[in-house]
Amino acid sequence: MRRAFYIASICAILAMSLPRLSVFGADDKPAAAEVKIDNFSFTPATVTVPAGTEVTWINRDDIPHNVRNDDASIKSKTLDTDDKFSFTFTKPGTYTYFCSIHPKMKGTVVVK
Amino acid sequence: MSDTNKKDEIVHDHNHDGIDRRGFLKCMAWAGTGAFCVIKGGVLKSYSLSRLAEISDKDAQGELSFVQISDSHMGFNKPANPDVTATLKAAVDKINALASPPEFMLHTGDISHLSKPGEFDNVQEILKSAKPKDVFYVPGEHDVLEDNGAQYRERFAKGSKGDGWYSFDKRGVHFIGLVNVMNLKAGGMGNLGQEQLEWVEQDVKQLSKSTPIVVFAHIPLWSVYPDWGWGTQDSAQALGYLKKFGSVTVLNGHIHQTMQKVEGNVTFHTAASTAFPQPKPGSAPSPGPMKVPDDQLRGLLGITDVNYVRHQHALAVVDSSLA
Repeated sequence: MRRAFYIASICAILAMSLPRLSVFGADDKPAAAEVKIDNFSFTPATVTVPAGTEVTWINRDDIPHNVRNDDASIKSKTLDTDDKFSFTFTKPGTYTYFCSIHPKMKGTVVVK
Repeated sequence: MSDTNKKDEIVHDHNHDGIDRRGFLKCMAWAGTGAFCVIKGGVLKSYSLSRLAEISDKDAQGELSFVQISDSHMGFNKPANPDVTATLKAAVDKINALASPPEFMLHTGDISHLSKPGEFDNVQEILKSAKPKDVFYVPGEHDVLEDNGAQYRERFAKGSKGDGWYSFDKRGVHFIGLVNVMNLKAGGMGNLGQEQLEWVEQDVKQLSKSTPIVVFAHIPLWSVYPDWGWGTQDSAQALGYLKKFGSVTVLNGHIHQTMQKVEGNVTFHTAASTAFPQPKPGSAPSPGPMKVPDDQLRGLLGITDVNYVRHQHALAVVDSSLA
């Protein structure tokens, strides 16, 4: 009786664990990419990522920057040194962006 | 200084004698050397700061004098200058020590580093201790973050037009404060915009051509170094409206170093920062803050003192380091 309970418990634990295993499985992890802001430039200047990717910009300069595109659908706040900004690209396409404080700084995200 | 000018001096004739001086460029005075400029009888002379002792008091005085300060970047605390409060205070001390007290001050932008209220408060508080009580501002790109300059205009440009431009007259000199840090476009440089350009055209229309003009704005109104965005895309149109005037002086900040250029009737001048130096155009991978040895920092920061001598339609520009 006691053994039967033990086996049942193990089954229950396994049953509870299985869906969690799939949630945290490597295959389902959202894709991520990072763009470094350094020396008044975005590096890499172009990143190519699958749809659904979260791109994170991190400012490594001593001067604040931001990340904007022309129609302001991508619009970070001002990023001071070491500040980060993340944006998830859900639709395929080519997205160009720039720093509106230093507009010579430009970058591109290609979403496949 | 160019090799042809070993005396550290430039001479420029404003007498309209028919000589075409467009594109004329004789002097570039970098931070650390600084420059002192006097225009008398239509001739501009510029001396390096190392020769200041040779210039008489009479030459250094006029009927109108004012000081330009720039790029105080209050809130900046990185290695290039961990104490921008102290260097702004040093600039005020320098202004208060000038032999002939200036009538007012111009601040050519980047008052703050991140447009934070506390940063603006701090600058306003420090400038209260300066002898000249009036300060005329134009915004830098660091002053209009997040709110398109609403807070800046509320504090520093009440009653101004558009994004914050305005003009005023002092002892017969017409001053024009312009805004070229708004609505910047991807890949572009500083920008004045059509509305502001039309206003400039109207603003100077009724002035006599002998009126001395001083234009001040944050980003240089001439192409210092387009690769770093050090210029203003539509500045030529604005300067076109000023062609009829015999004496036009353009004062800018933004590039954290002193530089001069004479082109036709226009003398361009950029002021040093009170906060941190930036590299010479193209001399570094980027225009970021330049870390220099501590004992050299104040020699690369500074103020600009300007004198106007009546009847000579001329401005004398003096750069002083904080050292």
